[in-house]
Amino acid sequence: MADMPTYPTRYAYAEAVQELAAANPDVVLLNADVAKSMRTNEFAERFPDREFNFGIAEQNMMAAAAGMATVGLIPFVSTYAVFASMRACEQVRTMICYPRLNVKIAASHGGLTPGQDGVTHQGLEDMALMRSLAGMTVIQPADATSTRKAVWAAAAHPGPVYLRLTRDPVPVLYDDSLQFEIGRAITLRDGEDATIIAIGDMVALAVEAADMLEAEGLEVGVLDMHTLKPLDEAAVVRAARATGAIVTAENHTLFGGLGSAVAEVLGEQCPVPLSRVGLGNTFAESGPYRELLVKYRMSSVDIAAAVQTVVSRKDRVCSG
Amino acid sequence: MDTDTPALRDLERMAATIRCDIIRMIHRAGAGHPGGALSAADLVTALYFRVMRLDPRNPSWPARDRFILSKGHACPVLYAALARRGYFPLSELDTLRQLGSRLQGHPDMLKTPGIDMTAGSLGQGLSAGLGMALAARVKGLDIHVYVLVGDGEVQEGQVWEAAMAATKWQTANLVALLDCNRLQNDGEVAGIMPVEPLAAKWQAFGWEVREIDGHNMREIVETLEDVRDHAVRPTAILAHTTKGCGVSFMENVPGWHGRAPNDEEAERALCELRRRLDG
Ligand SMILES: Cc1ncc(C[n+]2csc(CCOP(=O)(O)OP(=O)(O)O)c2C)c(N)n1
Ligand SMILES: [Mg+2]
Repeated sequence: MADMPTYPTRYAYAEAVQELAAANPDVVLLNADVAKSMRTNEFAERFPDREFNFGIAEQNMMAAAAGMATVGLIPFVSTYAVFASMRACEQVRTMICYPRLNVKIAASHGGLTPGQDGVTHQGLEDMALMRSLAGMTVIQPADATSTRKAVWAAAAHPGPVYLRLTRDPVPVLYDDSLQFEIGRAITLRDGEDATIIAIGDMVALAVEAADMLEAEGLEVGVLDMHTLKPLDEAAVVRAARATGAIVTAENHTLFGGLGSAVAEVLGEQCPVPLSRVGLGNTFAESGPYRELLVKYRMSSVDIAAAVQTVVSRKDRVCSG
Repeated sequence: MDTDTPALRDLERMAATIRCDIIRMIHRAGAGHPGGALSAADLVTALYFRVMRLDPRNPSWPARDRFILSKGHACPVLYAALARRGYFPLSELDTLRQLGSRLQGHPDMLKTPGIDMTAGSLGQGLSAGLGMALAARVKGLDIHVYVLVGDGEVQEGQVWEAAMAATKWQTANLVALLDCNRLQNDGEVAGIMPVEPLAAKWQAFGWEVREIDGHNMREIVETLEDVRDHAVRPTAILAHTTKGCGVSFMENVPGWHGRAPNDEEAERALCELRRRLDG
């Protein structure tokens, strides 16, 4: 993994949305004074009449996007995850999701990737919040290639979409032949002993963990669960049946994100040992992304340890 | 498109009719917000029966003018106007707030024919209106967007975010109509959280400001048509109104913000309103 090329998915988004806009005149881009950071300022130069920088006013931007969608545009609203999902949460709920408007929310700085900026800029609750909204589609692609495809898929998908992006560079896992479909998990690796279900930047770490475990004699599958909602429940159940143990990995709080969603499916349809890797009941702090992952037990080593745990629990029956 | 332009007297009678509808609907539903619906009745009537370009047979006509009832709690006034304009049968007004009804407690653009934007969470409508005004520019549509905002509602910061942005983009096709009835839910706006001087605030944000008597049909129509035909930047129309207007015992009484009249009160209210209709 260390020798793989890396790229921040926020930049892949900014490039893809330009290509999309060149093909579709209804695509407009909304910024909130973080265009330079997301490189969406290039869109502004190329399509000056279809870019709107709202300044530091995310609530207004979100509700304005709703208004634009009612007239037939496809607004891509670009800001950081914290501000998109929390500052403008009710605007997303009431003005976009409730009327099922065709607004795409591109949320950079997902999880601990804006590491050094600290807690104020680390969007760690956004997926849980967005997942709770009726009709919302929630996606975090694992790499630059799948991000590009996700942008086109989001535009083709009627209704609201929340697209989470990373600030930091993450390994490029896929080539252009990738088939990306909203709501369908990608099998990166088959296994027999356990399956790691990961989302976003944690997918690369899951692959790393599976490599480490292979050296220890464990065959571990990896699923890229890029769509948190609607969740590919069939893929979760298949993995549970095939391998009998599941680990989830997300750069997000453990309260309400991928781990919770997978636990819901397993609990109702196919209970097997489960361990969830993510941020516990705490705020993180400033620091480099990779170092934060280690300190907050979200690194590939932690994922591998979680796999060992679930494998060891396989034959243990839970009883009162 | 419907081109007949009713005379002022007809508009006044329509407003009185709509006021009767409001009382009947809220009485029947047993809940709702009569005060702010009655204060906005003349403004909404002028828009739907004279000023706006609409086609009730084609509610989603792309080139129609748009209306957003940002103070969504006043929706009985909008439902009555839409029904009287022919968007859906008058009998449907009886279903307000009931299970399965297309007439929700606050406006729902997916349920009710003729509703251009979902609303009810105060402070958000002007932003949506701004988005529509900008989208019209991108799509090359010549449409006007009217947003009805409460005077308590402007306490929401988002209203001023939208005001700032409309000036940046000089959306001359965006009109904010302020229902200045001086009351909000808990009491007087001046006491809860003062918003004055409102005209100076909108001016300072770069808007054209007009002040009118929000119950004088001639003034309402003349101002709206003048703004529609001549505005060069976003315009705020401060309409001075009386909360509960038309029903003496509801006028200027904060308690009538959000409660339904009982049988006897509804009858008295309708008697007063009918006298106005006949007079
Ligand atoms: C964001 C938000 N907060 C609170 C409410 C509850 N609420 C409904 S109406 C109202 C008062 C509105 O006052 P005003 O804007 O002056 O409207 P009007 O007097 O015309 O009824 C309040 C607080 C709401 N609908 N939205
Ligand atoms: Mg008021």
